[in-house]
Amino acid sequence: MVTLGLSLLSLARLQFAMTTIFHFFFVPFSIGLGFLVAIMETIYAIKKEDIYKKMAQFWGKIFLLSFAVGIVTGLIQEFQFGMNWSNYSRFMGDIFGAPLAIEALLAFFMESTFIGVWMFTWDRFKPGIHALFIWLVSIGTMLSAIWILTANSFMQHPTGFTINAKTHHAQMTNFGQVLGNPQLWRVFPHLILGAFVLGAFVIAGMSAWGLIRKQKDKQFFKKSLRFGLWFGLVASIGVMIAGDFQTQEIIKDQPMKFAATEGEYENTGSPASWKIVATFDTKAHKTTHEISVPYMLSLLAYHKPEGSVKGMNTINRELRQKFAHNKSQSIRDIKNFYVPTTALFWSFRVMAGFGALFALVALVGLFFTRPKNNIIEKQRWFLYIVGLTMWCPFIANTAGWLITELGRYPWIVYGLYTIADAVSPSTTVGQLVFSNIVFFLLFASLGGVLIYYARQTLHKGLDAIDGPSATQKDIPTADPFAKEAFD
Amino acid sequence: MSALQFIWFVLVCVLFIGFFFLEGFDFGVGMASGLIAHSDGEKATMTKIIGPHWVVNETWLVTAGGAMFASFPMWYASLFSGYYIMFLLVLVGLIIRGVSFEFTEHAETARGRHFWYRVFVAGSLLTPLALCIIFFSLIQGVPINASGDVHAGFFDVINWLSVVGGIAGVLMSLIHGLNYTRLTTTGILRERARNLNRYLYPLLFVGEVVFALLVIFKTDFFTNKPISSSLIVIMIVLMSLLGTWGTFKDHEVASLLGSGLSLAFVVILIFNGLFPRVMIATNPAHNILIQNASSSPAALGLMTIVVCILLPIVLIYLTWSYYIFAHRVPSKKATE
Repeated sequence: MVTLGLSLLSLARLQFAMTTIFHFFFVPFSIGLGFLVAIMETIYAIKKEDIYKKMAQFWGKIFLLSFAVGIVTGLIQEFQFGMNWSNYSRFMGDIFGAPLAIEALLAFFMESTFIGVWMFTWDRFKPGIHALFIWLVSIGTMLSAIWILTANSFMQHPTGFTINAKTHHAQMTNFGQVLGNPQLWRVFPHLILGAFVLGAFVIAGMSAWGLIRKQKDKQFFKKSLRFGLWFGLVASIGVMIAGDFQTQEIIKDQPMKFAATEGEYENTGSPASWKIVATFDTKAHKTTHEISVPYMLSLLAYHKPEGSVKGMNTINRELRQKFAHNKSQSIRDIKNFYVPTTALFWSFRVMAGFGALFALVALVGLFFTRPKNNIIEKQRWFLYIVGLTMWCPFIANTAGWLITELGRYPWIVYGLYTIADAVSPSTTVGQLVFSNIVFFLLFASLGGVLIYYARQTLHKGLDAIDGPSATQKDIPTADPFAKEAFD
Repeated sequence: MSALQFIWFVLVCVLFIGFFFLEGFDFGVGMASGLIAHSDGEKATMTKIIGPHWVVNETWLVTAGGAMFASFPMWYASLFSGYYIMFLLVLVGLIIRGVSFEFTEHAETARGRHFWYRVFVAGSLLTPLALCIIFFSLIQGVPINASGDVHAGFFDVINWLSVVGGIAGVLMSLIHGLNYTRLTTTGILRERARNLNRYLYPLLFVGEVVFALLVIFKTDFFTNKPISSSLIVIMIVLMSLLGTWGTFKDHEVASLLGSGLSLAFVVILIFNGLFPRVMIATNPAHNILIQNASSSPAALGLMTIVVCILLPIVLIYLTWSYYIFAHRVPSKKATE
């Protein structure tokens, strides 16, 4: 059979990468924007200032766009485990299933019920009650993240399980441990704050574009811009602290992942210097060129100017030894435990670099928009910068996700089950090529249409919120359960 | 088979019933909007009557899938990987339909709106068709190997029973959607929905007879469980009769219950026929049974506790959300 060099495994991985990355544009989008809209509406409920209602309605419209795409791409994510990774589903069902089922019952139903209620009841409930609906949606999106991360954290650092001797599948022994996974509670704050950064900069960035166009709703966009920047500043500082907190766990749990993000093949001396940029010979497992800052890596890793970091070559030898006598043949067959070094190294730099940029842009922006002397409109160059920065959290979040997921190579469940073993044995290359094309076309068009409509909504400004989703003016009073229905 | 395993088999069935009963009329309204809504305003009315509900209705499928993954991972793995292309079609249908709601609202031009309305109709048709084809092909038995992998060929998936079942499922959803339209609108749409259903019901009865005959000859449902299978088929027909009566006598709640429950009994027929298997293999030795497809007792027990706590809460606010939108939307000619 002609496979054109395409294997089932590589196609399934490509599809997973594509789906996860695309889905993960909208997860933080919905979490971040939902939370911000909830805050806006709460301010409105307390202060009764109309501008906050308009903010909640306008940004709510953008939120609904992202929510719709997030929902449908989440469906793909769920189905994909069964479709492409059936052996993984069999292996992990006992542990993956419970969080997924709880997510659906606890989070999905809440989100999806109250988003419908929220959309259509602006003029039917008191502001305080109506704000409660968006809070339920927002809390739902975050609860949903917790449960998915529970499953993902197990894949990074399995706890609370045993391997069934007969079926060789993972089996839950202690749900408390699955839920108390240290990785989970360190990745969750990082992810949520990353989502807040994204939401904040989408609002700030779109407001900046609104101001650049010099359209009528200036006050509105100025207010939104400042709101976004404040929130962006707090969240971007928070995300860095949370990231550092998470790194401490990764150094312990997945040293290979950490060493790769720092590009260290050999054990470093003490104190260790930090590579700003570097190039690698991944075949010979060597760093070829680098520019580095002394002491910095020790400071980053251990928060003190000493201490060495273990290199990938050492870790690889240790892992080979550790798994040499594993019961599973396919695990014994693995000769190398190296992860994709170049991708991890640069992903980390992109993520961290953007993190610093966000804080900086937010600070400068807050200076230009200070209430006493708001000179933001004269600083058009800066508005362009904020407008462009809007796209960066998407890249930064993706980079972070790549580190998490590529960093567990070759494992699908760290130390227990390999990606190669997880793939569906019954799918064919043809099916995968076909589905990859279908998904690619869907994602490209969904993304394009979404950006187009978001831009259109922005250009319409506040006129956009007079549509049917904001207010439903023609509420009729007939009751379907009234007598006439039974007549 | 343990009690917990049985409970979860029933629960998965209940979740699918919830999905077909609720999302069934969403699909139907979607298809019907291509048939009975002529103007922009009428089309907008059709999307408005399900606007607040469709996301949560779709959540029933997400939950059913999640529950299947959680309680019967072997079933989930074999089914979803075995029906690869069909599930891809289900996804495509759900995706284009899901985004069409939001995108229609954002579309500025008439051309844009019409495009998304058409997408809405197409997605609403494709999803139930593909889902019913999956269900009705798998009850005939498919080639499954010893490790549970399904290697179904084209004719294992596309055959008389699955195609007739698929069309019947689409027709039942359409009728259900029209009944929902009758209940939730006033004016011309309500009249057109009723008139169309008066033609569709006779057609459905023909479909049901053909379908029942095919089930008798193509599956072991009637040889294994003659009494229960017959009773369920009778219930499907009775519920369709209830819907017909409601259509001709203008009892709208009765119609909606009739069409919803007939869909529910189709799901029950499938699950009753499968029991105690979850996947039927052409070689009976490779049947996947409830007994050996499930998660561990600990995981099932944990989830049972979770369901007992959460499901009542979910049902309460779900009912409440239907209650607050319980009003008729007038058919409007004007565009929004």
